[in-house]
Amino acid sequence: MTTLTKEADVPAPRGGGDAFLSVRDLYVHFATEDGTVKAVDGLSFELERGRTLGVVGESGSGKSVTNLSILGLHNPASTEVSGEILLDGQELTGARQKTLESLRGNKMAMIFQDPLTALSPYYTVGRQIAEPYRKHEGASKREAHERAVEMLDKVGIPNARTRAKDYPHQFSGGMRQRAMIAMALVCNPDLLIADEPTTALDVTVQAQILDLLKDLQQEFGSAIIFITHDLGVIGNVADDILVMYGGRAVERGTVEDVLRRPQHPYTWGLLSSMPRLSGDVDEALTPIHGTPPSLLSPPGGCAFHPRCDFAEQVAGGLSCTADRPELPPGRSAACHLTDEQKRTLFTEQIKPRLGQAPRRRDV
Amino acid sequence: MLRFLIRRSLGAVVILLIISAVTFFLFYAVPRDPAMLACGKNCTPDALEVIHRNLGLDKPVPQQYWEFMSGIVTGRDFAQGPCPAPCFGYSFANSDPVWGTIVDRFPTTVSLTVGGAVVFLAIGLGAGMIAAHKKGTLLDKAFSTGSLVLSSMQIYFIGPLVLALVVYNLELLDQPQYVPLTEDPAGWFMGLLIPWCVVQIIFTANYTRLARSSMIEQLQEDHVRTARAKGMSGRTVFFRYAWRGSLIPIVTIFGVDLGSLFGGAMITEWTFSLPGLGTLAVDSVQNTDLPMVMGVMLFAATFIILFNIIVDAVYAFIDPRVRLS
Amino acid sequence: MSTTPSSGTAPGPAAAGGEPAGEPLLKAENLAKHFPIMGGFPFKRKVGEVQAVSGIDLAVHRGESFGLVGESGCGKSTTGRLLTRLLEPTGGTISYRGQDITHASRRRMAPVRSEIQMIFQDPYSSLNPRQTVGSIISGPMEVNGIDPPGGREQRIRELLETVGLNPEHYNRFPHEFSGGQRQRIGVARALALQPKLIVADEPVSALDVSIQAQVVNLLQKVQRELGIAFVFIAHDLAIVRHFSQRVAVMYLGKIVEVGDRESIYVRPRHPYTHALLSAVPEVAVEGAAPDDRERIRLAGDVPSPIDPPSGCRFRTRCWKAQEKCAAEEPPLVQIPGNAAGHLTACHFPEEGSTTTREEDVVLDSALRSMETPAG
Repeated sequence: MTTLTKEADVPAPRGGGDAFLSVRDLYVHFATEDGTVKAVDGLSFELERGRTLGVVGESGSGKSVTNLSILGLHNPASTEVSGEILLDGQELTGARQKTLESLRGNKMAMIFQDPLTALSPYYTVGRQIAEPYRKHEGASKREAHERAVEMLDKVGIPNARTRAKDYPHQFSGGMRQRAMIAMALVCNPDLLIADEPTTALDVTVQAQILDLLKDLQQEFGSAIIFITHDLGVIGNVADDILVMYGGRAVERGTVEDVLRRPQHPYTWGLLSSMPRLSGDVDEALTPIHGTPPSLLSPPGGCAFHPRCDFAEQVAGGLSCTADRPELPPGRSAACHLTDEQKRTLFTEQIKPRLGQAPRRRDV
Repeated sequence: MLRFLIRRSLGAVVILLIISAVTFFLFYAVPRDPAMLACGKNCTPDALEVIHRNLGLDKPVPQQYWEFMSGIVTGRDFAQGPCPAPCFGYSFANSDPVWGTIVDRFPTTVSLTVGGAVVFLAIGLGAGMIAAHKKGTLLDKAFSTGSLVLSSMQIYFIGPLVLALVVYNLELLDQPQYVPLTEDPAGWFMGLLIPWCVVQIIFTANYTRLARSSMIEQLQEDHVRTARAKGMSGRTVFFRYAWRGSLIPIVTIFGVDLGSLFGGAMITEWTFSLPGLGTLAVDSVQNTDLPMVMGVMLFAATFIILFNIIVDAVYAFIDPRVRLS
Repeated sequence: MSTTPSSGTAPGPAAAGGEPAGEPLLKAENLAKHFPIMGGFPFKRKVGEVQAVSGIDLAVHRGESFGLVGESGCGKSTTGRLLTRLLEPTGGTISYRGQDITHASRRRMAPVRSEIQMIFQDPYSSLNPRQTVGSIISGPMEVNGIDPPGGREQRIRELLETVGLNPEHYNRFPHEFSGGQRQRIGVARALALQPKLIVADEPVSALDVSIQAQVVNLLQKVQRELGIAFVFIAHDLAIVRHFSQRVAVMYLGKIVEVGDRESIYVRPRHPYTHALLSAVPEVAVEGAAPDDRERIRLAGDVPSPIDPPSGCRFRTRCWKAQEKCAAEEPPLVQIPGNAAGHLTACHFPEEGSTTTREEDVVLDSALRSMETPAG
């Protein structure tokens, strides 16, 4: 997501031609017995090499589905994908399975949430890492094994040569996720999608893995899409943020922009509902009332309107229940409130809630 | 692995002891004198007394049990002559040696079981996997419906039906019979063809459904998705990643089925009048033939337990988590 | 050693009224739980044990919220189950209002059971799907033969209202509710017997971020308005800080540090507490000071509780460990420089500050090799 340049806060669309990954008007709909699930409902974003895009959202926001459809991992029988996914100029939405297979694990790779279930219990860790290297690089069995050992060592598995012969269940949780990262990076992918890669891990291990991903990105130069529900994690790893709600992007900008000067009421809600280590403990949390929307029959207009505290303040003949707000390119939020209103509301109502303790040592 | 096998074998011996004791003592709970059968129509109390003594029925029951069980290990001496280990004694009904009869009947049962199993496993797994691969298509639905219908059939229903049609009406084949494989392979094959087909119809249907559901479950596993995310081809994902896990429930059921079939496919053998262990078991129970009941019972139980152990060993082969824990 | 705070740390609003400050509501001494591991040859026998909780002391006072944090395998959930006597302790004692309940019989436990309730993590599996909300909440009242004035149904409607559910939903089934609402049902069930203490085991970690705050606020309201004491078990340090006046940090079945909120979060002394706090990813909102926290990155995962390290259990991942740490288990005591009631189990404690160090503590080999310029 780098239609943004660091120095410019004004929308600065770059024509899209030079973005490494460009997703436009993506729709992903599943047919189920209860009706059509609109998991992703018109999503556009862009990403440049070497940058990390953090995708935040709650369960059912469409964040994971988007990324499965980039890799073409959805079930074609029950899923309808439309729109454009351009990876380095190559169109992926209509691509043949063979084409996608040659890209997966090679040019684009993925890390999943739970490394215990995401690794096959039946084969050694070394073999699972070596496999894509053999397929995509045409390496021999021995070369691929050497490469697997090298990658395990790189991601910090002690005694990599011996441990490569172990099965995933003989690894600890953190080591499994390291093995998963080694597997994803074995062919030097240009795009790495990490779907909640640290959610199943302990906090001290999470810190190691997040730093590891950042350091590896410096070295490998991959573009990363980092999916998470945790704003703290996103603030730590991402350059840019895309906030998703009900299958659509509702806010985007740099980390600084979105976390320090958020514009969308949903982002406000997320920030004021989570306690922070440096927050003021006497300040009660302000939850978002209601529950996330059903993707079977999402609310009309702005999907967030039933939970929004500011819908009545929208003026200018726009209605949150009828008109769906668009997300303009660049730093923006999909909300009918005017920029002036957003600024005022944030400064006057939201910021005080974020209850910054005056100084940490005086808590 | 060796430790595992030894431990399981010891456990098996204990189970067999319990089964033998329960069978033996239950037998005496039946209010029917086995000697009456041997004594015939013109039975006098004196003759009965002699037979009692000859069969060893005059001794206390625990002593009889002890002699019976030790005979299996060390052999016994009977009035008829020595009976080498494993000695299960002589039939009350016709004085045949029990072990000899079992050894005699066993090939029929093995032929029926192995022949049937090869077919139903191959066709069932194949059809199940095709159905799983084509999940939701017309082919899948046809397979699923077909196997549901067939698996709800019974051998004693389909069996006579097939016999009536193929043997009596169309006269395509002879009445099923057992001819030893070593004597006449072609006769062996033709004689068992109908029973095989009938057994396998029902089992194939079950295995198709089992293989299908287990494969579909595996295809939804996270690690299978990971394999796809690595760019593995559809074939590799299917056969290398999903297939292995789908075997576990199949092996479990197959072990149970095979074990109980080896102990005698009672209904099938009875339906086609084949002289296997199943018919032997039914006859010996009807005749209150204690040594024969005990012999067949322990023989069948041994197979069921044996296949149980084999299944556990196969688990370890399939799944490193079992092997290495 | 005792975690009973002296005057300095206010144990909570209710402590001032009635009960002498020294007399805790619930007290555990040297509490332990070991789970046997079966195996061996030729017959299965106990071949080892998982030392889930191995000798912890804690005291919970009336109306206070006592937080229990730690990573997986630290024994915090087991501790919760021991305190509610859902698990039988292997060793140590638990006393409730001065009465020893460690091995109390069912009959003797009955009155205590109604005063100590539990809220579970998973709102989906902890409610019987075949029971209506009404019968789920009235269950504890029936078991304990309690007939509130105005009848049970009246009381249930009140409870539903207290936890923010519609009293009209009395006859609905759990599946008709969302995750957050189900957790509210769990809270209502826990409140049905007017408990004095609620043990909440990860009560919000299965919920969406926007829903977590709803439940945290509800629990806080319950704690403050009804004066119920809480043992709040969670892995999320920020939520525990928000909810608890006193906090204990657990590692591999031991409490390594305990104290009031400020001692633990601002002036921690145990290296593990430092590492934990440093690992929490923080959101920098506008107006916040730039993140000036120290950076500590441990190596590897928590070791197995089957065969925990000798001496100090954290020593295998600690940057300050010396020979003494392997030989001698550090006692949980008020080390010099600690505030009253702030106890630390460490031979070589850290400074009581969490700001950036001159040099980051990075023990992870991969991070070290990539972050140190070659040559």
